[in-house]
Amino acid sequence: MSADTHNKVGTTGLLGWIDARFPLTKMMREHVTEYYAPKNFNFWYYFGSLALVVLILQIVSGIFLTMNYKPSAEGAFASVEYIMRDVDWGWLIRYMHSTGASAFFIVVYLHMFRGLIYGSYKTPRELLWIFGMLIYLCLMAEAFMGYLLPWGNMSYWGAQVITSLFGAIPYVGTSLLEWIRGDYYISDITLNRFFALHVIALPLALVFLVVAHILALHEVGSNNPDGVEIKKNKGADGKPLDGIPFHPYYTVKDLMGFVAFAIVFALIVFFAPTVGGYFLEAANFDPANRLQTPEHIAPVWYFTPYYAILRAIPDKLFGVIGMGAGVLIFFFLPWLDRSPVKSIRYRGGLYKTFVAIFVVSFLMLGYLGLNPATTTNTYLSRLFSLLYFGFFLLMPWYTKADKTRPVPDRVTFDAH
Amino acid sequence: MQAVNLQQSMKSLVKLLAFSALLSTAALANEGGFEKANNDVSNVASLQRGARNFVNYCSGCHSAKYVRFNRLAVDLALTDAQVTQNLIFNGGKITDTMSINMSEADAVKWFGKAPPDLSLIARARGTDYLYAFLKSFYLDPSRPTGTNNTVLASVAMPNVLWELQGLQKAVYEGEGAEKHFKGFELVTKGKLSPEEYDEFVRDTVNFLDYIGEPKQLERRALGFKVLGFLLVLFLLAYALKQEYWKDIK
Repeated sequence: MSADTHNKVGTTGLLGWIDARFPLTKMMREHVTEYYAPKNFNFWYYFGSLALVVLILQIVSGIFLTMNYKPSAEGAFASVEYIMRDVDWGWLIRYMHSTGASAFFIVVYLHMFRGLIYGSYKTPRELLWIFGMLIYLCLMAEAFMGYLLPWGNMSYWGAQVITSLFGAIPYVGTSLLEWIRGDYYISDITLNRFFALHVIALPLALVFLVVAHILALHEVGSNNPDGVEIKKNKGADGKPLDGIPFHPYYTVKDLMGFVAFAIVFALIVFFAPTVGGYFLEAANFDPANRLQTPEHIAPVWYFTPYYAILRAIPDKLFGVIGMGAGVLIFFFLPWLDRSPVKSIRYRGGLYKTFVAIFVVSFLMLGYLGLNPATTTNTYLSRLFSLLYFGFFLLMPWYTKADKTRPVPDRVTFDAH
Repeated sequence: MQAVNLQQSMKSLVKLLAFSALLSTAALANEGGFEKANNDVSNVASLQRGARNFVNYCSGCHSAKYVRFNRLAVDLALTDAQVTQNLIFNGGKITDTMSINMSEADAVKWFGKAPPDLSLIARARGTDYLYAFLKSFYLDPSRPTGTNNTVLASVAMPNVLWELQGLQKAVYEGEGAEKHFKGFELVTKGKLSPEEYDEFVRDTVNFLDYIGEPKQLERRALGFKVLGFLLVLFLLAYALKQEYWKDIK
């Protein structure tokens, strides 16, 4: 009586031997070949799998960068130039990593926006949304710490300014600031610990959270552009009528999406790796200099909406609170939204107006955060900060007052 | 109906993105405002002249410490012997980088500020800036070096190219608050005509552009191949997806 004949999935041979000891086939079925996803996914649904691809890209390119990078104030800047000039294919690996950082935020922002307009955070997907938000927070920390590592002047002063925000916290601020930096200012010690966090701690946390995010997704099932629960309509075989197996249908579809993404990615890596100073800032080609700030300190584009909120508020402590609230408020979306429907397709004009206001505010804050805080810019930042928070804080009211349309029983789908 | 809704939301998103792109271009256009350097890093002859200019006029004070001589030899189509004889003035070997012999302490004592390393100056400041900077020294007796610069006011660097360019003075228009810079006027002629001097500066800036990122030509050349591959791969991936998805009704 061999173990092969006794495994629950009925496989034989080597696979059967493994399946009797490890749930390989079971997991493949649950998560890939028999995971039923709604058949009506549209353009917006590429960005989840793309985020996973970019995470893998960042980890792999990061491993190779670490082989030649020196995490010290003395050697960091020179080691990056060594990678760019003397290491075989070093320039390509570095540009993939630096472009990957911005690409990560682009796909994650689009992925989050998808969740927003199709109500993917609503019951039963609240925890899925929270895991996603934790990934986003981790990603912000990861990007911020990674940005210090090239030890350019913008790296240095960016870290100096952002860490200094912790100093605004009453009573413990100063001690907390020294604890974070490990010194009275950004120094070799800070660089070393940011390196440790950037290459070990945060990537590890990210991978765990991504696993939790996917497990939660596969437990409740994917939402879709109609916001219809496909599990409510099952066929005689117990499979959702509007669902199709993730593999092969979405693996081949996502493969196509990945190649399209790779084309845009390659255009940047090979033809415009700095993107006019937005992905790699000109001031970061000057080495870190403790005695000279860059002409104009601004974070990289993906942080600028929050940076604009920070600068819009005249008081430092309240500015920090406002900035933090701007990020954390996303966590509460599942409970702020009182609409009976999920998808924007069946919501009324009131909701759509607020979504439009949110999109404009987020983009405008991003633009304002990149530019010097002139008087006009500060007033604009205040206006758009108010509109930004208005979208969230007024949500319980306008989602309830909104005129929704009836949601169909089945998803809408035009065969190809 | 849904499709229309989605199309509308996509359209408005595209409009927003276009709007923000427009804003950022406007922001970029406001910076700088320098005359275009119009250098071409694929012009090897220009890079060779630029390298000659750099070692003759810059590398006495400015290092390019990330630039390796044997890398120059390969990229500038020179033999190791040609590089050793014509470009290595610091007593280094072909495998060394372009360092200088002046110590930082001495440099600070003599100039008030150590001359910056120029490996990445083109990436940090931009080629147009460098082109304008090297053409904008003017006579200013109030400065210890006798010259000043309209691009970088009170610059510590003396006008090392005066023999070639000649000496020029800044001409202003208007009085008091209305006073503004009009242009330069050549006071003493140099060895080169203004056109020849422009070419000299362009070659030098071209070399600085190249050393800022020696792999940039390789990068672009490889980019076309990668894109070609990806476009073919996209067609295959699209066909594969269509083949599977025709079953889905």
